[in-house]
Amino acid sequence: MEDRVHVAGVGVISAIGVSVDETLQSFKNQSSGIAHITLFDSTYRDKLPVGEVKLSNDVLCKKLSLTPHITRTALLGIHAAREAVANAGIDLKKWRTGLISATTVGGMDKTENFFNDFKIDSAKGHLREVVNHECGRSTELIADDLGINGFISTINTACSSSVNAIALGARLIKHNHLDIVVAGGTDALSKFTLNGFNSLMILDSQPCRPFDAGRGGLNLGEGAGFVVLISDRVKKAAEKETVAYVNGYGNTNDAHHQTASSPEGRGSFAAMKKALAMGSLQANDIDYINLHGTGTLNNDLSEGTAITRIYGQNYPRLSSTKAFTGHTLGASGGIEAVFSILAIEKQCIFPNLRFETPIPEINVTPQRTYEDGIEVNHVMSNSFGFGGNCSSIIFSRTTDNG
Amino acid sequence: MSAYIQGMGNISPQKTWDEIGLLDQPLVYTGDKLCCHEPDYSKYIDPKHLRRMSRIIKMGVAAGAMALKEAGVSVPNGIITGTAYGCLEDTGIFLNKMIDNKEYALNPTPFIQSTHNTIGSQIALLLQCQGYNQTYTQGAFSFESALLDAILELADSPAQSLLVGGVDEITATSHALQKRFGVFRNTENNLDLFKPALDGTVNGEGAAYFVLSGEKGPNEQVSIDAVRMLYKPQDAVVKKEIESFIESAGLKSSDIDFVLLGKSGDQKLDTKTDEIAKMYFGSSSIGLFKHLSGEYPTASGFALWLAAKIIQENHIPDAVVLRNTKRPMKRVLIYNPYFGTHHSLILLSSC
Repeated sequence: MEDRVHVAGVGVISAIGVSVDETLQSFKNQSSGIAHITLFDSTYRDKLPVGEVKLSNDVLCKKLSLTPHITRTALLGIHAAREAVANAGIDLKKWRTGLISATTVGGMDKTENFFNDFKIDSAKGHLREVVNHECGRSTELIADDLGINGFISTINTACSSSVNAIALGARLIKHNHLDIVVAGGTDALSKFTLNGFNSLMILDSQPCRPFDAGRGGLNLGEGAGFVVLISDRVKKAAEKETVAYVNGYGNTNDAHHQTASSPEGRGSFAAMKKALAMGSLQANDIDYINLHGTGTLNNDLSEGTAITRIYGQNYPRLSSTKAFTGHTLGASGGIEAVFSILAIEKQCIFPNLRFETPIPEINVTPQRTYEDGIEVNHVMSNSFGFGGNCSSIIFSRTTDNG
Repeated sequence: MSAYIQGMGNISPQKTWDEIGLLDQPLVYTGDKLCCHEPDYSKYIDPKHLRRMSRIIKMGVAAGAMALKEAGVSVPNGIITGTAYGCLEDTGIFLNKMIDNKEYALNPTPFIQSTHNTIGSQIALLLQCQGYNQTYTQGAFSFESALLDAILELADSPAQSLLVGGVDEITATSHALQKRFGVFRNTENNLDLFKPALDGTVNGEGAAYFVLSGEKGPNEQVSIDAVRMLYKPQDAVVKKEIESFIESAGLKSSDIDFVLLGKSGDQKLDTKTDEIAKMYFGSSSIGLFKHLSGEYPTASGFALWLAAKIIQENHIPDAVVLRNTKRPMKRVLIYNPYFGTHHSLILLSSC
């Protein structure tokens, strides 16, 4: 029990639900959130499916009692962070509390509108549309909403960002800098990222099929996922029963290519190995791997290769949940951390939708249906990003709440 | 737990690389921005990689290379970068093309290079560094977050050399945009930014990297002992936190030999900073730096380079000094009250 960093609460919003309960229901129903774009204009509106959160900015603002002009990234973040804090039920003000968020687009959803006018005349465009552009601003808006000013930080290591945010939170608690950290990430869909990924030709025009031999790329998604991390001291003082704790994490760089993963998955292999070593776990202790599993040819083969390098064909149950949510970029590690913790809490495994045929080179078959009543003690979640950033994190089941 | 500076690289609006005398001939600028005095990058980066890199990536990679060279480290154990704005130039290029081309036929390169982690990951790729790799983007806490991360990492395993830096760029677009917020003013001569203080400051940019280790080697003269960030604090909280920051290092404010203040030339903000200097550091030497670097979110990287140089040389350049009490440089504090909302404190020692 010494020096553990416990998870006291979780909150999530994505294409498959605006709360933890809705999300679980979608998993049970095998109901994917991938559909046509409805909330922003794009040439690709009816061509490239995405995982949208089905609430417009206006509806989100009303629901959260916030003023308009807040960026969607911040709105989604506030929604999930509030749920996580309510779920934890601990008074943040009594402790040294920090917020560490992650995002890749920041306020781009507003900035890209601003640019339409600004690029014609640099005196034009409403400044309120661009004032929250910086990644760090979304974190500040969440911090201000939660009343956190003890410590704030934002990480942008592309799609691995949120795992790094949670790991930093755990480290700050272990080093006794903070008692409580709200950690995770948020990213909104934007025309900028849709076009960016489209220019790389890695978007599937159909709902994505992670880890399938016939996969055709990823679908972008949006959302936010946050966890509330607490120290032993807080857990004891608040007499808080917890479900899981952070047991290990690893951060490496693939150093192979700016956007592509190495064929042998050296970065992802090393990240998983580091996380296992830190948790003093054997690979076989892991009951479930929440894959990065974007659905691109490159990622799934590279990640799958790294997994077979560790496990051979005796790999644990594993699945990518991105067929449900789309790839939520900087938020994905936070959202999937919440899923990993839910797998421990509910003793369940989430399905890898639309999987039919294993990738021949690796022959890995992921979990195909929602299944509960399974002993889930240790879950590893992978998040890898552009720039070679690879991170893995392990959550383990709390067996002693005394 | 301290982090020892093994090497530094700094590309800034001043002659901070290949320098002969420390800021003894400061570069003079007219206008509302100070852009970097840049080196011949081919001395630091293979030309075949260079032509694909945007300016901020060149600045970051070259500053990193300078720091590693000075440290005598070929591949660090990890790379930690802070950048508030990230790669603005490429972001702007992709955004403009997307609008012009109505979302058709876009070149992916600017998109790929627009993400904030491009600088740190380019360094990793060029050095084949597969170790810890992190990028912070928390406005004026970006560099401080990177430093704090390094201090935590080195506390766990001291026998490492980590490359830690702060990088931000000015682009034509970002400058035009920031000007509209009314935060900048024109100066005839940046060296006169504080005489007198008026409303507004001057824009700045820079790339500063440091090689830090948890173990002191024979050549290390400067250690970073603590870093603290204060987000939107009340004035009274700033004072309380400065006191507690110094106390938690086992010191009194009178023990601080030299304070490097992040005054920006903006009269309202600078008045508060002066008050703090007067209240706590009446017997310390005082220096200023933003007339040399300009104001930008990772300007504390420039300040750290300057403070470390001042400790190494035990000399405060004329261009920096506000008050010189001729105390030997043992304990140095950097206090940076960025726009009054993001205050940071960095404590350094000679070792």
